[in-house]
Amino acid sequence: MNPTPEEIERLQRVSSELRCLVCQNQSIAESTAGLAVDLKQQALEQIQAGKSDEDIRSYMVERYGEFILYKPAFSASNAVLWGGPFVLLALVFVMVIKSLRRRQQAAEPITQATDVLRAAKLEERYKRDASNQ
Amino acid sequence: MNRKLFLILPIVSLLFLAVLLAKGLQSDPRKLESKRVGKPAPEIVLTTLDGKQFNSQSMQGKVWLLNVFASWCSACVTEHPKLMQLAEQHRLPMVGLAYKDKTSDTVSWLKQHGGNPYDIIAVDLDGRVGIEYGVYGVPETFVIDSEGKVRMRHAGPVDDEFIAQHVEPLLAVSNVGNTK
Amino acid sequence: MIAELGQWSLALALAIALVSSILGFWHLTRQSLSTAYLSRALTGTALLNFFLIALSFGALIWSFIANDFSVRNVAENSNSLLPTAYRFAASWGSHEGSLLLWVLMLAGWTAAVALRSANLAHGFRARVMAVLLILQVAFIGLLLASSNPFLRLLPAALEGRDLNPLLQDPVMVIHPPMLYMGYVGFAVTFAFSIAALLEGRLDPTWARWSRPWANAAWAFLTVGILLGSWWAYTELGWGGWWFWDPVENASILPWLAGTALIHSLAVTDKRDALKSWTVLLSLIAFALSLLGTFLVRSGVLTSVHAFATDPTRGILILSLLCAVVGIAFVLYAWRTREVGMGGSFSLVSRESLLLLNNLLLAASLAAVLLGTLYPLVVEAFGGEKMSVGPPYFEAVFAPLLLPAAWFMAMSPWSTWKSTSSFSLIKPLLFPLIAAVVVTAGFILLRGKGSIMMALGIASATMLACATVMHVAQRVRQQGIALSRLYALGLSYWAMVLAHLGVAVFIAGVTLVKTYEVEKDLVLSPGQTENFDGAMLRFDGVRMRTGENYGAWQGMFELKHANGSTVQLTPEKRRYMSNGQVMSEAAIDVGFFGDTYLSMGEPLPVEGNKPQAWTARIYSKPFINWIWWGCCMMALGGVLSIFDRRYRNKAKLKDKSMSQEQVSQAAV
Repeated sequence: MNPTPEEIERLQRVSSELRCLVCQNQSIAESTAGLAVDLKQQALEQIQAGKSDEDIRSYMVERYGEFILYKPAFSASNAVLWGGPFVLLALVFVMVIKSLRRRQQAAEPITQATDVLRAAKLEERYKRDASNQ
Repeated sequence: MNRKLFLILPIVSLLFLAVLLAKGLQSDPRKLESKRVGKPAPEIVLTTLDGKQFNSQSMQGKVWLLNVFASWCSACVTEHPKLMQLAEQHRLPMVGLAYKDKTSDTVSWLKQHGGNPYDIIAVDLDGRVGIEYGVYGVPETFVIDSEGKVRMRHAGPVDDEFIAQHVEPLLAVSNVGNTK
Repeated sequence: MIAELGQWSLALALAIALVSSILGFWHLTRQSLSTAYLSRALTGTALLNFFLIALSFGALIWSFIANDFSVRNVAENSNSLLPTAYRFAASWGSHEGSLLLWVLMLAGWTAAVALRSANLAHGFRARVMAVLLILQVAFIGLLLASSNPFLRLLPAALEGRDLNPLLQDPVMVIHPPMLYMGYVGFAVTFAFSIAALLEGRLDPTWARWSRPWANAAWAFLTVGILLGSWWAYTELGWGGWWFWDPVENASILPWLAGTALIHSLAVTDKRDALKSWTVLLSLIAFALSLLGTFLVRSGVLTSVHAFATDPTRGILILSLLCAVVGIAFVLYAWRTREVGMGGSFSLVSRESLLLLNNLLLAASLAAVLLGTLYPLVVEAFGGEKMSVGPPYFEAVFAPLLLPAAWFMAMSPWSTWKSTSSFSLIKPLLFPLIAAVVVTAGFILLRGKGSIMMALGIASATMLACATVMHVAQRVRQQGIALSRLYALGLSYWAMVLAHLGVAVFIAGVTLVKTYEVEKDLVLSPGQTENFDGAMLRFDGVRMRTGENYGAWQGMFELKHANGSTVQLTPEKRRYMSNGQVMSEAAIDVGFFGDTYLSMGEPLPVEGNKPQAWTARIYSKPFINWIWWGCCMMALGGVLSIFDRRYRNKAKLKDKSMSQEQVSQAAV
């Protein structure tokens, strides 16, 4: 049975999230390897039989394990993977803001005078290092 | 307190990473565990090389070997003598799965390499049964116990070690000797 | 004889480095010799070692070019039919050879620091040299112990196994050297930081003099990575240019850390702030270089790039990594306590914007690291084997890093210490309008609008617009004539160029990902096919012989919508040494995009009809912007090195900074 354009698009989407097991690092959508073509065919038949994307993925995982998922599953065990970087960013962001606010309150009043003093100190150091020949 | 934590964090992360990578060195990233191990073997209903019908249900009650092979597979040539050896000992039924191979090619390949070690050769032309078993390369060998459960899957050519480690123990357990 | 010479030269360099660094640290700690003397002695050692290691590398090159198949490395990676240029490159085509290249780079950077560090304080300089020499000891030791490229193969092979055809490409000659220059370049900032930690002082001198080295290493790494990407595109035959392959990720990790480092160093240099964070970053950047080395060579993760895997080698490299980075981190924890917080800054300021940039880079670094190592983590915790493919990285990386573009747009308008939020947002009004217009334009004219596409194009437009507007404003403000643009300072122009490069890069990536199309073709000679507004005609296939291969060359003519035609000749090559077949794509390169054509398979001949072939044609709009953007970034990095602050002569003439300049120092 010839696939409709919608089915082809769905096939492309589903197969781009499944790994080609005999390739180095490709999805079965991209690969022309034997097994990849077979699996794509299998996926197409399932699409035409009305199965959902999730069904097709479970079908593949049942036979080949989580490894075949090119795009890792959104499961509890992958929570750290998917959420980790964002949580880390949020946490560190909050910590940094808190730390900056704290330091601002404790810091000496920012005046022109202190700045000039600081600049002069820096210049001294540069000169000292330069004369250390 | 916060600062101390921040300072020790790099060292702790390094330790974690080191342990992780050391463990990683011990496993082969390309080896896949079979998902079918410990589960009932998927049913095989295929035509055999001689045109008869084969149903894996008929193997119930026996410990048997399923060997996935093909004429276009070079590593299969390596394991062929071992399989012949095993067949001559009549230890257990051996079913060959001719994987994505034209029957004429299978026949001539077997002739070319010194005979047919299999009791039955099921022809899996489109590789569907292979997919059911989670086959991702050739050759692969499955050992199925008398209850129809897959006990182990070996990817690559079989060798003496495999037979000793995985076939022998199962044969010893099933007290009745297997007959063809 | 020559190979033995190479080996002995290396061993001698190891011995010299070992003795001199140990003695150096001994005397430095006990203060038993003048720092001036030690500094001179160690720099001299560095130069001597460079000579010895270069000699060694030369010996390997000679063995390759002379086809000495009694050297195992040559027998395994070369062939007498191999063109000379590739014999040269084959010396680093294997694990052993590339490790020697790494050692050569390390020796080179060490010598460069030796020659260009006259303005550092003696004690500091001596420590930097000693650290670099110890690193040399570690790597040469690793090489001689487990990965010796000079081992003999006796009896000698009659012919070599040949270099992998995929590597027989001009880019192979420059990609690894550039990449290694980048990786190893971060050893310099690493050494600077270790030296500073050892001395217990982290004054701005350290930051100021680290900057050119950091920028140089970063520029090389940028070039190395972009060459790798471009090479994959032209060589691999299916138009892909980034695969989030573990080895690619291994190169992106130090790059992200390096980008954060060059910006953090700016803050520490100018404002004496974020000191301990910058030190940590410089340690992390090199640590990631080492991690990359480990990942590529240990076989822990599979990759297109991985060298022949060998777990025993992996253990040695892992030990080296743990030792070097472990000592560095312990030193960091122990010594940064005395450093102090440095200059403070308000919540809205240039420092905080740069800090925010660092945070975003760190988060995306964490994402890439996590994605690359996660399968190992899951397996270690007893879970089932799983894999993390490109869909993960693409979903997570862009959202984390794209916001950086908006902050980059704001940053030229920010001032040190404190800025009003209004003064940051007001200049962005026009760029924002421009962004909306351009994005809408693309959606209306070419369709396929999506969130990521809109964000990408909008961000790129906004960044480019804002940067150019700032240049215009500054030129006007300082009343500079067009003929004297350099008066704004090379550092400023470097930033402008690099940031524009980022905008170009983002535009290229967004546009190619949104608008690329491909089509599978089956063509007989004489047949034409329509594709993306152009006409492709197949004129058959002819045989061609190259220096070490035979090829079926497809002859195609592509006629663009505007009438111009171009001949495309993709090939299917068979290499004579080992029969390996490889596809060589034909690319019609254009400013606004490429047309990419690769041959498939010949179809069985039917009767008297001429043989038909399958092929695949791709349209890749704006794809070259990706690599041009990276080139601009790298060029910016290089430009910044030549800023007059880093040149000796100008330094002595520097007058003290005026009051206004203090609180609003020009970039």
